[in-house]
Amino acid sequence: MINKTVQENDIQLDNKTVLSVRNLTVTYDTKAGPLDTVRNISLKINAGEVYGLVGESGSGKSTLARAIVRYLPANGRVSSGTVLLSGTDLMKLPMSEMRRIWGAKITMVHQDPGAAVNPSLPVGEQIAEVARVHLRMSKAEAREKAIEMLTKVRMPDPKSVMKRYAHQLSGGMLQRILIASAMVTNPQLIIMDEPTTALDVTTEAVILDLINELMKEYNTSIIYITHNLGVVARMCDRVGVMYAGELMEEGTIRQVFKSKLHPYTRGLLGCVPRIEASKSDVSLSSIPGFIPRPDQLPAGCIFAPRCSLVEGACMASRPSRVEAETGHFTACRRWEELKQKPELYTDAQQRREGSERIEGPLVLEARNVKKYFSVSGGLSSLWQRGPIEVKAVDDISIRVRGGFTMGIVGESGCGKTTFARCISGLDEATSGEIILEGERLPNTLLKRLPSQLKKIQMVFQNPDASLNPQHTVGDSVTRPLVLLGKLSKKQVQERVRELFKAVNLPEDYIHRLPHELSGGEKQRVAIARAFASDPTIMICDEPIASLDVSVQAALMNLLVKLQESKGTSYLFISHDLAAVRYLSDWIAVVYLGRIWEVGSAEDVFMPPYHPYTEALLSAIPIPDPDVRQERIRLVGSVPSAVNIPPGCRFHTRCPRKLGKICEEQEPTWQHVNEFHSICCHIQLDELRALQGAGSIRQTDNPGEVS
Amino acid sequence: MLIYILRRVGFIILTMFLASIIIFSVTQLLPGDVAQVVLGQFATETAINNLREELGLNLPLHTQYLNWVTDFVRGDWGNSLTSRMPIRPMIMARLYNSAMLAGVALLIYVPIGIILGVIAALKRDKFLDRTISGISMAFVGLPEFVTGLLLITFLAIGMKWLPANSSINPDSTFSEAFKYLILPAITVSLTNIGYIARMTRSGTIDVLRTDYVRAAYLKGLSRWEVLVRHVLRNALLPTVTVVAMGIGWLLGGLIVTEQVFGYPGMGRLLVYAIERRDLPLIQASSMIIVAIFSLSNLGADILYSYLNPRIRFRK
Repeated sequence: MINKTVQENDIQLDNKTVLSVRNLTVTYDTKAGPLDTVRNISLKINAGEVYGLVGESGSGKSTLARAIVRYLPANGRVSSGTVLLSGTDLMKLPMSEMRRIWGAKITMVHQDPGAAVNPSLPVGEQIAEVARVHLRMSKAEAREKAIEMLTKVRMPDPKSVMKRYAHQLSGGMLQRILIASAMVTNPQLIIMDEPTTALDVTTEAVILDLINELMKEYNTSIIYITHNLGVVARMCDRVGVMYAGELMEEGTIRQVFKSKLHPYTRGLLGCVPRIEASKSDVSLSSIPGFIPRPDQLPAGCIFAPRCSLVEGACMASRPSRVEAETGHFTACRRWEELKQKPELYTDAQQRREGSERIEGPLVLEARNVKKYFSVSGGLSSLWQRGPIEVKAVDDISIRVRGGFTMGIVGESGCGKTTFARCISGLDEATSGEIILEGERLPNTLLKRLPSQLKKIQMVFQNPDASLNPQHTVGDSVTRPLVLLGKLSKKQVQERVRELFKAVNLPEDYIHRLPHELSGGEKQRVAIARAFASDPTIMICDEPIASLDVSVQAALMNLLVKLQESKGTSYLFISHDLAAVRYLSDWIAVVYLGRIWEVGSAEDVFMPPYHPYTEALLSAIPIPDPDVRQERIRLVGSVPSAVNIPPGCRFHTRCPRKLGKICEEQEPTWQHVNEFHSICCHIQLDELRALQGAGSIRQTDNPGEVS
Repeated sequence: MLIYILRRVGFIILTMFLASIIIFSVTQLLPGDVAQVVLGQFATETAINNLREELGLNLPLHTQYLNWVTDFVRGDWGNSLTSRMPIRPMIMARLYNSAMLAGVALLIYVPIGIILGVIAALKRDKFLDRTISGISMAFVGLPEFVTGLLLITFLAIGMKWLPANSSINPDSTFSEAFKYLILPAITVSLTNIGYIARMTRSGTIDVLRTDYVRAAYLKGLSRWEVLVRHVLRNALLPTVTVVAMGIGWLLGGLIVTEQVFGYPGMGRLLVYAIERRDLPLIQASSMIIVAIFSLSNLGADILYSYLNPRIRFRK
């Protein structure tokens, strides 16, 4: 084992190195003076290597990527350091030369494929123009090249796709377009900035597979920027963990994910729920506090104020970069101690035993809820033949038991949010019954009594949009108390203080406006508001989706704690299976407006499962290089809810389709046990045989990364 | 798309119908008796009654309206009360003049406005942007009779480069009229450049911020290519709409400018008709102006949806 302090510039440059970044510092000129947002970064990327840059928002990973290609905002500049691309110092090139690097030697794949494709140019043109500019091809040749690239990225029907526009293609297809245009010139380096963050988990898995295959074929180096540790584990050879503009830990995937020699890495990994564990098994760790602003950096280790291992020496001076093992660097002085302590999770204090874990009094029952939206109406009805119906929710029934969480998972567009809005009455269900504690509720909010309203509360995905920017957050929490409770003014104030305490917000936040709060804090306010009326059931619609992992973990812990103390039932809606698994006691899997599998959380995540559940599970990026997943991929995207396929709705994408029966007959429910049911034509025994030990399992032979 | 256009044409017919009711009612409400106005203060009772009979003014209102609308649709717009000439050729000649002025003005202000707007957007918040935005906005605020008179004072009377008066013969051809068109066209342009520049500037700034423009730069395209291929195509969409809608105003609404220069366009015809209380002329020219505005709005929408594939290829 090597144990030495590394000089920043003794990174060796050999002929395998494609990119070498040395002591790079990026400075932004602001009104408050110059701010170093990325400081003293050195890294090296070899030919054919996928290098992951991971960190929370504000960690400087995108800034670093933009500095490498010298595309910083007007007030940003590289104040020191060099960037060598195959030996050429990019920082010394005139901008006219950079233009020959961009798109030719370094290309980029951007985050939001819907925004990164020009809406008013045919997509084929946008690939062909790269060939025209850098390969000096004629229009016709460039067109041929674009078709060739589209074929390479497995685009169905490339010729007709050439002429299409961005709005006519799905997110996954657009990301293929961006990848195709990034690979036209066979570049030395591709920078991928969160390329799959905006996509569904099933589409993400397909795109990640595609990137992997293309990389093997072309031997291109990649910088892969993401906040998703699971994606890093699946995609990358090496990873750099960034925090507040500096690299905290760097090494191979195994080194970083297995040894975890920096408390920040540990913190990040501990925040992500494991697919096999639930709230009753473990508590998530969370990282307290916030990333410091570049003008308020602590004197010592920049992570010290949030670190659980902090000691006096950490505050005094900046730790140096240590090579703990060949190629494994950490910026923590207590790394040797960390090496001795592999575990991340703490056991949850409360465990429910046996059947107590899933049974309780019936609180909410939804029977045969349907929600059809009519597209016609208004002026369009003047020329349309008959109404077009979108069957967003098409016959969903669920039961939620007191003090338990029902998780609803599915891809975007499956109807899960509409279903939640039907339960809450925000959308009026077209038909079906919603029964709360034995009492039939009117389908629309407008006809529900205040006593009924207070029993169902909702937490929305985007806290920015769900809090009135003109009202103090205290007012937002006060309103349900005033409207739905019969309390005196003094009691109301008292309750508001209690609620803020319950969601771990300081009392003085009561008088703040939403814009003075961070995203996580705003979501806490939204949770406090939902709890204000002491609801029987709380509907959480993707409440953590837009937040950083450390904030997600803190909120999930909060939800668990509140449920334990108040006994509220949750309806938790998410596309994030790991989060659903962690929080839920029961899970329903939804596809095209219907439930296909329902059961206790443990059962649903164990075979036999519905082929759709199986595909979802095999698509989850898991932050553990030792986990092996079956590769079950869904083709295409969710069909439109206007033209629902006949027979089994999933047959068009089902990897285990039997044949005609799936296309023609609707499947029936099969019961695995008292609580676990699957709606599929395949017999349960057959499913068991096909799925074996399940689509996710720990491998015995460490070293193999799937 | 065809269905969309047909539907819009249907709406225009509806608009015209509503406009015809309003125009008809308003002209009924105008003070004074038409026959009296036509024949002058000293006309005899019988002469007035004869004229009222001739004009159909003694018929019930709804019959008057129906007669007028059916005649109008058939193309018989009646005779002017003051000149006793058929109205249709009169309006057509004026419309032609207005179109000449509109054409010259568009050729001046659209390119200049767009170029200034793009420059201002590219140099956002720098000196050049502030200068362009400041000056062009100042001209938007100045009424046409001020800019028009200033132009006449300097370019026509001072420098003697151009004629101060544009009261051409209503039947002039374009080449005959050209030098009389320049000053009014510049006057109209000065008010519009600022507007166009402002639209273009904000459109361009929005597009420059998008991910696809960043992506285009990072493909290694030259600044010019990025600007022309990726930025302008999207940034000019709102400008195009404003320009197309402006055509209605150029053809029918240049009352002040035409008045200042004595230019015989639609605007002045309408003013003339109102001054003389020439009822059939007021009605016909108002209807034509409504039609022009509706058509130019339709043109703007069709152009917009043609340029914007999100609308063009909507299912």
